[in-house]
Amino acid sequence: MAGIMVVAEARRGELRDVSFELIGAALEVKERSGEAGGSVSVAIIDADAPRHASALGPEGVDEVLTVTSPVEQFEAHVAQRALEGLLERERPQLVLAAHSIDALGFAPAVAAGNGLGFASDVMALSWDGGPIATRGAYGDKLVAEYDFAGKECTLLLLRAGTFAPIAPGSGSAPVRDVALDLGDAARTEHLGYREVQEGDVDITKADFLLSIGRGVEDRDNIERFEELAEKLGATLSVSRPLVDAGWMPSARQVGQSGKTVKPRVYLAMGISGAVQHLAGMRTAETIIAVNTDPEAPIFNVAHYGAVKDMFELADELEQVLE
Amino acid sequence: MKVVVPVKQVAALDDEFELLDDGSGVDPDGLEWELNEWDTFSLEAALQIRDAAGDGEVVAVSVGDEEAEEGLLSALAKGADRAVRIWDDELAGADALVVARVLAAAVDPESPDLVLCGVQSSDAVNSATGIALAGFLGLPHVAVVKRIELDGASASVERELEGGLVELVRISLPALLTVQTGINEPRYATLRAIKQAREKPMEVRSLADVGLDAGQIAAASGSHRRRLAHPERGEGAQILDGSTAEVAARIASIVKERIG
Repeated sequence: MAGIMVVAEARRGELRDVSFELIGAALEVKERSGEAGGSVSVAIIDADAPRHASALGPEGVDEVLTVTSPVEQFEAHVAQRALEGLLERERPQLVLAAHSIDALGFAPAVAAGNGLGFASDVMALSWDGGPIATRGAYGDKLVAEYDFAGKECTLLLLRAGTFAPIAPGSGSAPVRDVALDLGDAARTEHLGYREVQEGDVDITKADFLLSIGRGVEDRDNIERFEELAEKLGATLSVSRPLVDAGWMPSARQVGQSGKTVKPRVYLAMGISGAVQHLAGMRTAETIIAVNTDPEAPIFNVAHYGAVKDMFELADELEQVLE
Repeated sequence: MKVVVPVKQVAALDDEFELLDDGSGVDPDGLEWELNEWDTFSLEAALQIRDAAGDGEVVAVSVGDEEAEEGLLSALAKGADRAVRIWDDELAGADALVVARVLAAAVDPESPDLVLCGVQSSDAVNSATGIALAGFLGLPHVAVVKRIELDGASASVERELEGGLVELVRISLPALLTVQTGINEPRYATLRAIKQAREKPMEVRSLADVGLDAGQIAAASGSHRRRLAHPERGEGAQILDGSTAEVAARIASIVKERIG
């Protein structure tokens, strides 16, 4: 059966939102292909797979495939063997999974081991005799388009928050259990989860964030932006490099591995806008970006941009406030 | 303890880069090269593990043309014991799966206890090469690791998940881990070490030297780039022009308007 297969994701008993975006993308690419994409199936690999089935089978989905994992939590090697089993039995021509930490832990190995067409961090999908994927190049300063000519099956990892999700709710697509031999597939042992500690401030609640990044250059310069934030009535947040360097606590970090924020105003200074950062702030109502590099990817999501030095601009902002 | 560290010399676009007229790539004059930031963390982790074990070696491996030599020299200067660079003209434009296939051919005979990759490279941002390499090698693996504790023949590692959640897992060696930034504080090389790096062994191998041919490379390739272009700007993006003072005043008024 040539078709499109979505690999949905669950964590700690809950479907992850990106699953619904993947289904939305699959239904759209099927339409764009003029039905050449074939049927749309949604696979879920989880200890509790059947429980998730009805949420994954809205109108347009032809079938939900449940694979019951022998281990309670996500395990990369179980997922790897399960996906390989699904590919062998179902023979999809296009597989859509998330560009997520879990999928990145097994999907590239499946692509490598099975000679698949492959692209990760895909931000747009079209069809021209086969799937066409658009992704960033040179740190997202450019965009590149890929085809997968000659590949019987192509596995694409889609960037979260980029494709329109299907509306939540239950559906009535038929559900089929796929029994695979996964008993000894696990090669890591789950020891536990840990939440990164909360700090003294909750940046997700702030109306106005002044966010600083690598452009600050030195730990000693941070104080100046703490003062500026105070004068502006803003809460200070940061991008990952400042946390990695140990200059700021992780409670202040905006991005995929930090917090997702939705302030009314997000003023980003000295942040180039790596995709992991954008994932955490693109939902802000108004984004103002200040960066010396006119090609910085943050300007692609900003509502207002200024190609200026963050220190000089900080000086001038203080003047204006006085 | 033998640790192999695949590294990449990454290309950043300078201020005046230009696309080639046929859209096939970027004019090489507009590229600046440096060792991938993520690989400085995986390398540091490898050096610390070797030093704590008291014996063993750290081998830095890179798939790349002569530009890659710089990155390997930097790895040697920081403390790697030897380096291997694999290149062939066939590899121009190689995607993550091809690079992983070539790395696998070079790494497999080393029989390492541990392979430490960076989570991603700053230019291609595939986040795929390391785990694809694990797939080719048949090694157990964990992606996006921000803490490693070795305990004899196994390791306890922390996986960094989305939204500030961390999962602790145990994995048996040999294994491959992809290492996240912030896991340690990468060292700088001393001037003396930078000079001495040139005395350390750096092997240069062709595809044939690692037992691969053009057909195997073509079969491993997962994608074909057919276009490279400037991105479209976000819909509402408006560039604030004028002096820094004027821009500051404009920003202050936008903030006032939105926040009240």
